[in-house]
Amino acid sequence: MTPVHSPLLTVEHLTMRFGGLVAINDLSFTAARGEITALIGPNGAGKTTVFNCLTGFYKPTEGRITMRHGNDHGQARLEALTNSDKRMEDVGDGRLFLLERMPDFEITAIAKVARTFQNIRLFSGLTVLENLLVAQHNALMTASNWTVGGLIGLKSYRVAEAEAIEKAKHWLERTRLIDRADDPAGDLPYGDQRRLEIARAMCTDPLLMCLDEPAAGLNPRESAELNALLLSIREKDGTSVLLIEHDMSVVMGISDHIVVLDYGTKISDGTPDHVKNDPKVIAAYLGAEEEELETVLATTVESTNIKAPKAKTAGTKATKSKSTGAKSTKAKSKGAKS
Amino acid sequence: MSAPVRADSASASEVPGHFDAGKALKEALLAALVAFGLFSLIIGLKTNQAQTNEIVLQARPGLLASFIAAIFFGSLIRSYVVWNRAHAAQNRVATKSRVDMQKVERVALPIFVAFLVVFPWLVIKIAGWGAVPKWVDNFGILILIYIMLGWGLNIVVGLAGLLDLGYVAFYAIGSYTYALLAMHFGWSFWLALPVAGVMAAMWGVLLGFPVLRLRGDYLAIVTLAFGEIIYLVALNWRDFTGGGAGISAPRINFFGIPFNAEPDGFSARFGLEHSPAYRTIFLFYVILVLSLITAWVTLRLKRLPVGRAWEALREDEIACRAIGMNTTNTKLTAFAIGAMFGGFAGAFFGARQAFITPESFIFIESALILAIVVLGGMGSLIGVVLASIVLIGGSEILRELEFLKPIIGDDPTKYRMLLVGAGMVLMMLWKPRGLIATRSPSIFLKERKVIGSENVKEGHG
Repeated sequence: MTPVHSPLLTVEHLTMRFGGLVAINDLSFTAARGEITALIGPNGAGKTTVFNCLTGFYKPTEGRITMRHGNDHGQARLEALTNSDKRMEDVGDGRLFLLERMPDFEITAIAKVARTFQNIRLFSGLTVLENLLVAQHNALMTASNWTVGGLIGLKSYRVAEAEAIEKAKHWLERTRLIDRADDPAGDLPYGDQRRLEIARAMCTDPLLMCLDEPAAGLNPRESAELNALLLSIREKDGTSVLLIEHDMSVVMGISDHIVVLDYGTKISDGTPDHVKNDPKVIAAYLGAEEEELETVLATTVESTNIKAPKAKTAGTKATKSKSTGAKSTKAKSKGAKS
Repeated sequence: MSAPVRADSASASEVPGHFDAGKALKEALLAALVAFGLFSLIIGLKTNQAQTNEIVLQARPGLLASFIAAIFFGSLIRSYVVWNRAHAAQNRVATKSRVDMQKVERVALPIFVAFLVVFPWLVIKIAGWGAVPKWVDNFGILILIYIMLGWGLNIVVGLAGLLDLGYVAFYAIGSYTYALLAMHFGWSFWLALPVAGVMAAMWGVLLGFPVLRLRGDYLAIVTLAFGEIIYLVALNWRDFTGGGAGISAPRINFFGIPFNAEPDGFSARFGLEHSPAYRTIFLFYVILVLSLITAWVTLRLKRLPVGRAWEALREDEIACRAIGMNTTNTKLTAFAIGAMFGGFAGAFFGARQAFITPESFIFIESALILAIVVLGGMGSLIGVVLASIVLIGGSEILRELEFLKPIIGDDPTKYRMLLVGAGMVLMMLWKPRGLIATRSPSIFLKERKVIGSENVKEGHG
């Protein structure tokens, strides 16, 4: 990672336990401003749990999650904030947030971290346009003087509503959904729903957008479009992206920085090239034995898509026997597809 | 709507072009035969105890015949309806045409309001002054009260998707607020009305706070308990509420002028012949205005951020939090505003009854209001109106069943609630998502498209 980019989100020693199960174990990583950071790992590695901790849906057992608006103001300020009982503090030109102390809706509303969901969560009975207006709820509530001004039809509210519609239209055009604006969100095809969820998240003006498997269920053409959209979001809107993804054409194609998780522990962290060649990553993805690694490396490094060799993935390692069972089925199914 | 259409169109090829009367007749005869077998002993015969303590069998051929006839014709009608639907589905053009309730509202609502405005006058013209208590009070005012309560609960259940089984509690709070303020401090109805609304809203928030984490069935049970608590407090706190004996509240007056036969009363002042009908007519207009205010505010709120937030909450609460919405506040506003309208209606009820007992606020009232909202369907204002007319008006009409006496040979009004229940079951079978099962979007870019029930969620509490 280049030092030019200042850290936007810092996760330090994040641990999440559910009873006896350790879902995330002492995870630390940084998402830099203006970058696309990918969080990858096999199924059940704890990626979505990390997202749920970041966005306040879970309270982490241990650890610190810092969101920085403005420049990095150094470690001393952060330590001071951590030792106080506050959850945010104005520093210089920006603000420091301790996300693990904030309720979920404030993380989006104030700390400006938006998210999407693995299983799409749209307001299916509202129209596409309404979905994007609900996303601007806080701004519109203020503009309507908490409903009073809106009820009596103040001009300031009507202006604010017109602006909100303009913003929604902007995002509908960016996501090519403008022709479906008046249709119920539940009627959209799958790929459109995925894009609408991104548009809705963008309508909250986030500084960091967390996307949970945005390419799941998309065909190659739609994946390529998604890449272009995410790159344009990074370039034009100044929004940094943190994404969980299994589709390696997306991950390797657009990520500036990749963090790899396995069993809740970070096993690799770096540029796409670094991660692609990391033997640990390959082993985690394929559940391969040490001696097989050479062959595995040879087959995978060539292509950006990590594909599983069909026969060699059966559960072998004694220590990982429980997990390789699950993994090998996944690998097999992938193999069958390819 | 669309699901059965799809199912029917799949089997459309088998639908005959003409209605097969012979087959339908055969089916109907079979049904009648089965009915005869079932009912001949149960309905056809009745055991009476004679004076000599003997049991005497009494044959009731008329009643039996009417049951069998009902089943025979019912079966015929059913066959026709099924055929007709399949036939219609066969001939249907591919485009699904849905009635835009917004357009209907624009035309039907002014007509309906105009009809309501002239309703008391119509009653007097057609049926005379003597009919005012029955038609204006029992029908007009009662239905309007339930329309208003339905619209109030509609905000909580229909828009925000929070299942509230104790809505009558707010109605009770409004009533008692008016009665107590009038009794102890001599407040007039118009002064007490806003206070009753605020009071109910406050209790709505108080109820809202502890139950915010609850969803679905759990929320329903807690709201049910809240309704019971309010009822029991009203029943048992005798010093304050008068307990089961109730308290009397002053009758409504015409902005300070009482409706009585005194020289300074309403009729004397306006040079009219004294009649209690004037008060009834005035009450009718008061509840009409209150209901219209409720409708106007609800329509307005639906297009404001708060209304959209309620509907979004009904669709997906987690997504609401993910876009930065404070769902706590959103739920509380829904509870508070819904409760406020319940409080207004309660204060009106107090001024109309002039006597309040806890028995007016039992659980069945909550259930009835909820039934109106559910039957009306998905946050639809017109739906609530239709459901109120059908349920309340229908159950009042059923009091007029005397003409059936010779057939049933019994007091037919005994079957009133049974028929109401059967009617509700049939309506839910016919329209599972309520009478108006579509949603009209609050805003549009090019064209307002009606959203069908397959996309709109009921809410999870």
